[in-house]
Amino acid sequence: MSASGYNFAYLDEQSKRMIRRALLKAVAVPGYQVPFAGREMPLPYGWGTGGIQVTASIIGRKDRLKVIDQGADDTTNAVSIRKFFARTAGVATTTRTAEASIIQTRHRIPERPLQHGQILVFQVPIPEPLRWLEPRETQTRRMHALADYGAMHLKLYEDIARFGRVTTAYDYPVQVNGRYLMSPSPIPRLDNPKLDRSPALQLFGAGREKRIYAVPPFTSVKSLDFADHPFAVERWSYRCARCGADDSYLDEIVVDDRGGRRFICSDTDYCDSRLQPQATLP
Amino acid sequence: MTTSVDSPLLTVEGLTKRFGTRMACRDIEFSLWPGEVVGVVGESGSGKTTLLGCIAGHVTPTAGRVWFETREGDKVDLAALSESDRRRRLGHDMGFVHQNPRDGLRLDVSAGGNIGEPLMRAGMRHYGAIRGLAAEWLGRVEIDAARIDESPRRFSGGMQQRLQIARNLVTNPRLVLMDEPTGGLDVSVQAKLLDLIRQLVADLGLAVILVTHDLGVARLLAHRLMVMQDGRIVETGLTDQVLDDPHEPYTQLLVSSVLPL
Repeated sequence: MSASGYNFAYLDEQSKRMIRRALLKAVAVPGYQVPFAGREMPLPYGWGTGGIQVTASIIGRKDRLKVIDQGADDTTNAVSIRKFFARTAGVATTTRTAEASIIQTRHRIPERPLQHGQILVFQVPIPEPLRWLEPRETQTRRMHALADYGAMHLKLYEDIARFGRVTTAYDYPVQVNGRYLMSPSPIPRLDNPKLDRSPALQLFGAGREKRIYAVPPFTSVKSLDFADHPFAVERWSYRCARCGADDSYLDEIVVDDRGGRRFICSDTDYCDSRLQPQATLP
Repeated sequence: MTTSVDSPLLTVEGLTKRFGTRMACRDIEFSLWPGEVVGVVGESGSGKTTLLGCIAGHVTPTAGRVWFETREGDKVDLAALSESDRRRRLGHDMGFVHQNPRDGLRLDVSAGGNIGEPLMRAGMRHYGAIRGLAAEWLGRVEIDAARIDESPRRFSGGMQQRLQIARNLVTNPRLVLMDEPTGGLDVSVQAKLLDLIRQLVADLGLAVILVTHDLGVARLLAHRLMVMQDGRIVETGLTDQVLDDPHEPYTQLLVSSVLPL
């Protein structure tokens, strides 16, 4: 099945060991960004090079891989990465959240609750949540070391002062295990509560910035907020036009040239499974 | 709270700072009691700002000790404290007012946010309470509370400086370091600012180390004066005494150099 001329899962074993060491450290210190010697991957930065390296380092022959991009299994990025591992590792792949042992994701957490034993691998563009207020890496590291996160609340304060509510809709900063401030990658704010005490292991890989961080299973992940302005997810009056779900994250899709639009679930597997609960996909 | 007026808040012993072969501070010794305002005067390059930096923790002294009495009544050596210990032990007991308000403010954040930030750093997580305190402090430094959401960029120099003072005082520090707080302001604005500082210092019982080269400012604000020249303290005493009856030749020169109006 798998292509010849490559090591299992593309990366050489020494690189995988190096990445696994970074992963172990990341799991031991939840939320802490561990630098690692990111390798060149056969796709450009911004397409998931960090996530791919993490997946390549943890995947085994018995794993079943699912890859989603903005929740969907059928977008270019998701299809290419799934095929990449099907060819270089010869592993089984799936589009069903419940059947996958490893899920690599870009910008979403599946709607279906994850199980203990599953691993969620995030592709991260900008791992440093403090970057917007401090461009110098030496300074942000110092702020992390001293847990100097007061300035982060300043952003929330400014939002509430100006708009009456926090307007950050994605990449909403979280504090992991009461210690490190962490960027959850650009997942919608709606997904933030799914990070908290998740039974699944959550790994984050940033290829361009060469950072790995992790949230071990059942770890507290708290979204920043104020006592009198508690964190809340957005609610819409729309339902999915396909499956009728009112609890999932929706994509707005323009369907004709007259401005007609529909809202459908961004998580394709969730939408499909609601339409055909018993169906087994090939 | 076991601090008392019997023991100094800050004691500097043998403080020396060398930049290469240049001595910026030589063997500085002095004590500061709670509620006391000490002025440090001297010409540019005499080591005033370096001395302030050593106390504030921006500069690591080459030798010497800076004892600070914490709220718990322990004495800690600021010169030997790591940054994390410094934050843990001192909390927000020390403020620093920069000469240029742009160095001490975040210009892309609203006035209220600027005052609120130290509170959030101190762990305050109640938006209403933070905003209330910010509005209260804007009033205390005589800025219209309606401008709470405006950027300090749109404030005048004097207002920016008052905002910086509010930002420093909102966490109730016991010691405030001021580096030329009225520098670069025109005289009428200076006068109002000096009035405000004098009133706040008296109301809050703050200890202040005030670095200035303006003897008029020193006379108005400082209880005690230290005259620095070439990294040394050459004369020290009550402000009036030093300015009216200077003993050292350098102090005499300094005092006689002020242009009379």
